[in-house]
Amino acid sequence: MLKTFPTGGIHPSENKLSAGVPIIDLPLPAQVIIPISQHIGAPATPVVEKGMPVKAGQLIASSKGYVSANIHSSVSGKINKIDQILDSSGYKQTSIVIDVAGDEWIEGVDKSGILKRDITDSGEVIVRKCLGAGIVGLGGATFPTHVKLSLPPGKKCDVLIINGVECEPYLTSDHLLMVEKSDEIMVGISLLMKALGVGMAVIGIESNKPDAINLLTEKSKQYKGISVNPLKVKYPQGGEKQLIKALINREVPSGGLPVDVGTVVHNVGTAFAVYEAVQKNKPLVERIVTITGKSLTKPGNYRVRIGTPVTHLIEAAGGMPDDTGKIVNGGPMMGKALNSPDVPVVKGTSGIIVFPKSESTRPKAGPCIRCSKCISACAMGLEPYLLMVLGEKSMYDKAEKERVTDCMECGSCSYVCPAGRPLLDYIRLGKSRVNKMIRERKAK
Amino acid sequence: MNSVIIYTVVSLSSLGALSAVILYVVARKFKVYEDPRIDEVQEILPGANCGGCGFAGCRNFAEALVRADSFEGLNCPVGGASLMGDVAKLLGKTAVAADPLVAVVRCNGTPVYRPKTSIYDGAKTCIIAHSLYGGETGCSYGCLGYGDCVNACLFGAMYMDPVTELPVIIDDKCVACGACVKACPKVIIELRKKAKKDRKIFVSCVNCDKGGPARKACNVACIGCSKCFQVCEYDAITMANNLAFINSVKCVLCRKCVEVCPTNAIHEINFPPRKEKTDTAVSGNEKKE
Repeated sequence: MLKTFPTGGIHPSENKLSAGVPIIDLPLPAQVIIPISQHIGAPATPVVEKGMPVKAGQLIASSKGYVSANIHSSVSGKINKIDQILDSSGYKQTSIVIDVAGDEWIEGVDKSGILKRDITDSGEVIVRKCLGAGIVGLGGATFPTHVKLSLPPGKKCDVLIINGVECEPYLTSDHLLMVEKSDEIMVGISLLMKALGVGMAVIGIESNKPDAINLLTEKSKQYKGISVNPLKVKYPQGGEKQLIKALINREVPSGGLPVDVGTVVHNVGTAFAVYEAVQKNKPLVERIVTITGKSLTKPGNYRVRIGTPVTHLIEAAGGMPDDTGKIVNGGPMMGKALNSPDVPVVKGTSGIIVFPKSESTRPKAGPCIRCSKCISACAMGLEPYLLMVLGEKSMYDKAEKERVTDCMECGSCSYVCPAGRPLLDYIRLGKSRVNKMIRERKAK
Repeated sequence: MNSVIIYTVVSLSSLGALSAVILYVVARKFKVYEDPRIDEVQEILPGANCGGCGFAGCRNFAEALVRADSFEGLNCPVGGASLMGDVAKLLGKTAVAADPLVAVVRCNGTPVYRPKTSIYDGAKTCIIAHSLYGGETGCSYGCLGYGDCVNACLFGAMYMDPVTELPVIIDDKCVACGACVKACPKVIIELRKKAKKDRKIFVSCVNCDKGGPARKACNVACIGCSKCFQVCEYDAITMANNLAFINSVKCVLCRKCVEVCPTNAIHEINFPPRKEKTDTAVSGNEKKE
């Protein structure tokens, strides 16, 4: 009997169209747009100026503050401008535009594909290298990795959890990475374990990826302390709290962090990026992106340089279909529709999904019929119908008591609602307002 | 039989008397003195609880008025000067004259001037659309058009124009309570000093982009050229973030800025038609009035 998390969850159709397509390098675009804020926390400060030549891997914006991340140039060329440019957030952000010329890298980066297994660095050095390389959580939340690797004083961690779940439909980037870069991921996990000082790591993979499970189980025998645990397919298993519950049966308290129950969760993509940063000295300048959609001629998985415009990616996948209704950045459940295809791929872009018009319209919202499907679906055990009303009526005090801040915005409630109500829209509003209220209260 | 009646009457009466004594003592002991004038002032106030005065409601405002030494900064925008005069008379204080204000919508991005570049199909409220992205057009500063301000107005002084897809303020009904200002996530609505005959001159744009992108997104955007700033003789115009702003207190309604604005972003409203000049370029920015 495979494990899974007990509360709520849904089973959307998987549609993993690009599951068997090997990762290929995307040709370089003519121009890249690199926003200075691609992570949670303070935006980085640009350290380059217009007209300056840069090489791939060169630092172009340095982190500002503890919770922030360095940004590196993903290409070689010349800085065209630093300007306000629309990015996937839907607003204009300060971005560095680079005209691509050749593909020259900074010195010291090991670009060979040779596996480097021996870990020579100490835990502190590993954390410092992650900070230097601008590594953030590549599962989509983009929380700076060095912060997650430095445990708060007094907290202990005994298990490292590696998220290879990829529970979002359509997306296959983590899956392909696990199949193609299994050894590198294993070394990356060993590095994370060393940095955290833990002796045990568990990789959670859903059972719809049997090839990845078999391969990683085989490889894990060669690495100390790492085990693979297949999981039952259920969305949102990739949520941190759900994964912890499913794998090691610990419950993160409301408002708490995984470290409160002695664990830290990292994505397989992050483990790979840590491997490259520490063993190969390569900063985070590229990532695996799934480009998929039912009308696309060539859905696939690409190794994409950060800053590549989405249009370039869609071109590579066979061009924009005529019936395109929506382009979603991320998975279909939690991703966000883009308001322009010209926005760049950033560190948090795990996939780009091109939806045809027939699949991209929302149902007309009706009144709540009190069926309680949303309550059954909620993986956090909340009451979405109530939270929505509280958000709609601006009753934020009550929403706080109903634990709106525990919502992780997985979208299961909106997915199951037979009345097509915009549950998550209003819950997200309530959540942001309550968080603001809490911040103001703390500031006093 | 008789004794039962007597016992009942006596015991109940004594219980009643005892309770009365306790209630009397408690009421005396815990009596909270409340100024009777608060009730009187509250009687005069409109009772809309709109919050335009900055207090939690009319009762709260009445308490503040009774407590206050001077009326400086205390004003009921709904009742205006006459109401404040009445309150001052009742409390034996002097009313401080406050300029009557009126709300204006600083966006003229109708579908004609500001073409749509994307379609939003989420929850139809401005605040949610604002949290997700800049809006359906290229301008991420302008009106989203889902009417949060109209829903916030307690006085029926606003409606959405179906043609322009922008909110319209009915000057006669607007009491300048500021509810729409708070409701607008884009901070487009501003409370301005009311001039005679409801005349208004204001920059009907809040786009902080540089000239090029602003103009590309919307034909009637303020491009920050500062021509109006240079022509103004009364220091009423300030430039900040590629955007001109006309201070309604300093503005003398001379209309010079309107003439020089290359994008017709400055609006003149409720003015008589200009005499000598019959230029057609200006007529485009006179809102239908």
